[in-house]
Amino acid sequence: MKLTREEVRKVATLARLHLTAEEEERLTEQLDAILRYMEKLNQLDTSRVEPFTHAADVVNAFREDKVTNRPNAEALLANAPDKDQTFFRVPKIIE
Amino acid sequence: MENGKKIVETGAVGSRSSILDRLSSILDLRKLMNYEPVIGLEVHAQLLTESKIFCGCSTRFGAEPNQNTCPVCTGFPGVLPVLNKKVVEFAIKAGLATHCEIARSSRLARKNYFYPDLPKGYQISQYELPICANGYIDITVNGAIKRVRLTRIHMEEDAGKNIHDLLGDWSLVDLNRAGVPLLEIVSEPDLRSAEEAGSYLRTLRAILQYLEICDGNMEEGSFRCDANISVRPQGSAALGTKIEIKNLNSFKAVEKALGYEIGRQTETLTDGGTLIQETRLWDENREETRAMRSKESAHDYRYFPDPDLLPLVIDDAWIEGIRASLPELPGARKLRFISEYGLPAYDAELLTSRKDIADYFEASVTTHRNPKAISNWIVGDLFRVVKERKLDERLTITNWPVRAEQIAELVQLIDAGKISGKIAKTVFDAMLDSERGPREIVAEKGLEQLSDTGSIETIIEQILAAHAKQVADFQAGNEKIFGYLVGQIMKATQGKANPQKVNEILRQKLTAGR
Repeated sequence: MKLTREEVRKVATLARLHLTAEEEERLTEQLDAILRYMEKLNQLDTSRVEPFTHAADVVNAFREDKVTNRPNAEALLANAPDKDQTFFRVPKIIE
Repeated sequence: MENGKKIVETGAVGSRSSILDRLSSILDLRKLMNYEPVIGLEVHAQLLTESKIFCGCSTRFGAEPNQNTCPVCTGFPGVLPVLNKKVVEFAIKAGLATHCEIARSSRLARKNYFYPDLPKGYQISQYELPICANGYIDITVNGAIKRVRLTRIHMEEDAGKNIHDLLGDWSLVDLNRAGVPLLEIVSEPDLRSAEEAGSYLRTLRAILQYLEICDGNMEEGSFRCDANISVRPQGSAALGTKIEIKNLNSFKAVEKALGYEIGRQTETLTDGGTLIQETRLWDENREETRAMRSKESAHDYRYFPDPDLLPLVIDDAWIEGIRASLPELPGARKLRFISEYGLPAYDAELLTSRKDIADYFEASVTTHRNPKAISNWIVGDLFRVVKERKLDERLTITNWPVRAEQIAELVQLIDAGKISGKIAKTVFDAMLDSERGPREIVAEKGLEQLSDTGSIETIIEQILAAHAKQVADFQAGNEKIFGYLVGQIMKATQGKANPQKVNEILRQKLTAGR
C-alpha cells in the first residue's frame, strides 16, 4: 500500500465527503491501485516530450470586454433552497 | 551547541542557582538584541473592465444583490468560461510597468476550497506559469530610493460577498462580485518597516491608477492588501515565524497593523516566548490584531490546470504593442517635474502621486508658467480644502472646487502685482463656493492692489499726520514703530496697498523728515 487511510480521510474532509469505515477501507484500496498504475506510467522516459497542457490542440480563446448579460437575480434564485429578497440565505458563517 | 554544552558542564559542577543566574543573563542578552521586521505584501487589485473575467456580466459596483450574475459566474454545471481579453492586456500592462518578465506561455488553474461566497467550489486563478514574474518597483523612503522585488502578478476571479450582521442566525450571499477580474500582486519579503510598506502600497497604487486599470479605492475594496510579517534578530539571514494579517482596509490600517505586529512579535521573543505561524485579523476599533480561529485543517488548495480554459500564448507583437501604449508612469513623471519645472522632490512626489492631480498641475502650468507658486497653492491650500470637504474619497478630481486654469489665473494676478499674497487667500476662499474666477472676484469685491504711488503717498501722509507721537518716537530711534505704522496703513487700505511700495514710501517720508 502506498496510500494510507489517514490520507484518504484527509482528502475526504477537503471534499466534504463523509465516509463510513467500510467506504474508507474500500476507497483506500481503489485509490491506491490508481496511484500504483500512475507510478508505472512514471517509469516512462518523457524527457523528450513537450509537457501536455491541454487536451485541445488550440490556444487563446478570448471574449471581448462587453456586457452581454442583463440583470437577472430572479433566474439565479429560482432554484435557491432559501432566499431573502434577492440574497441567498445560508446558515450563519462564523469566522 | 558549543554554548549549550558549556552551560551544562558548568551547571554540573556548580549549584542550581548558578545555572539560573547564567540563564537569566542569557535572557538579558536577548533583551538587548534588536529585532528587524521582514514584510511582504500581497495586493488584490480589481480591474476596471466593463464585464467579468469569464462571462458577459457587468462589474458595476453597488448593483442590487445578485443582479449581475449568470450561470457561468455562479458555477452552474456544464457552462464554459471564456477569458476576457482585456484582463490579459491589463495584466501585461501591470507587468511591463513593474519590470516583470511576461510569460510567453501561461495558464489558468483551479484553486479548490469551500466557502459560501464561492459558488463553484473552486476559484479560477493561476498557480504554475503566472502571467508576470520577477519584477520590481522603486519606492522612496525618507528621501532614499529602495527597490522592492515582485515575485509574481497573476489573474484571478473575485469571490462573492457574505453579509453576516443583518439577520441573526443567517448569513446573506451576494454573488455580484463573483467573477470580477483581479490581479494578485505579490512582493518579495523586501520591506523592513511599516513606513516602507505604506510607501510600497502608495507607489503600486499610483502605477495601477496611471495605467487606468484599477481605481485603487481601498475603502470600496478595489485595492486590497494582506501582509506577511515576521521579525528576526538584526543581522540574521534566517527568517522568523511568518504571521499573515488580513482585513487591512486603508493605508493607515496597514501601517498601524504592521506597527502593532512588530511590537507584539518583538516583545514575545524578547520575553523568551515563541510565535506560531497563523493568520491574524486587524481590529480597526481596538487597534490590535487577533488570531483567527484556526481552520480544522491547514489550507490544501489542490491546484490543477483548469481544463475549461485553453492555454494562453502571448507573442512579442502583443507585448510590444502594449509597451508602446504605456503612459508616462509616476516615477518618470516625478523626475520630469523636478527637471522641467524646477520643483523640489517633495512637491513633485505629492503632485505625481495621482495621475489626475499631476494632470491638473500641468494644465495649470500651461495657463501660467509659475510652477512653484502653482504647486504651493495645490499642495497647500487646495489639498487642505479637498481634505476638509472629503472630496478626495472618489479619487477623481472632477468635483474639486477650483479649476486648474483658475489657480493659474490667481497666481498670474499675484505675479502681475494686481493683488497681494494675502488678498489672494481671500480671493481663493471666495472662489471655493463660486463659479466665478479670480479676476471676476477681484473686480467684484474691489480687491485690486493699490500700487499707484500718488494714492499711497496720500494715505501715508494722512496716517503720519494722525500719529505724530509715534513718528517722533521712530525718529528718536525706536525702529519697531515702523512696523506699527505699516500696519496702520494696511488697515486703512483694507490690506490692498502694495506692501513693497508702502515700505518704500513710508521709509522715504520718515527719514526725509528726520
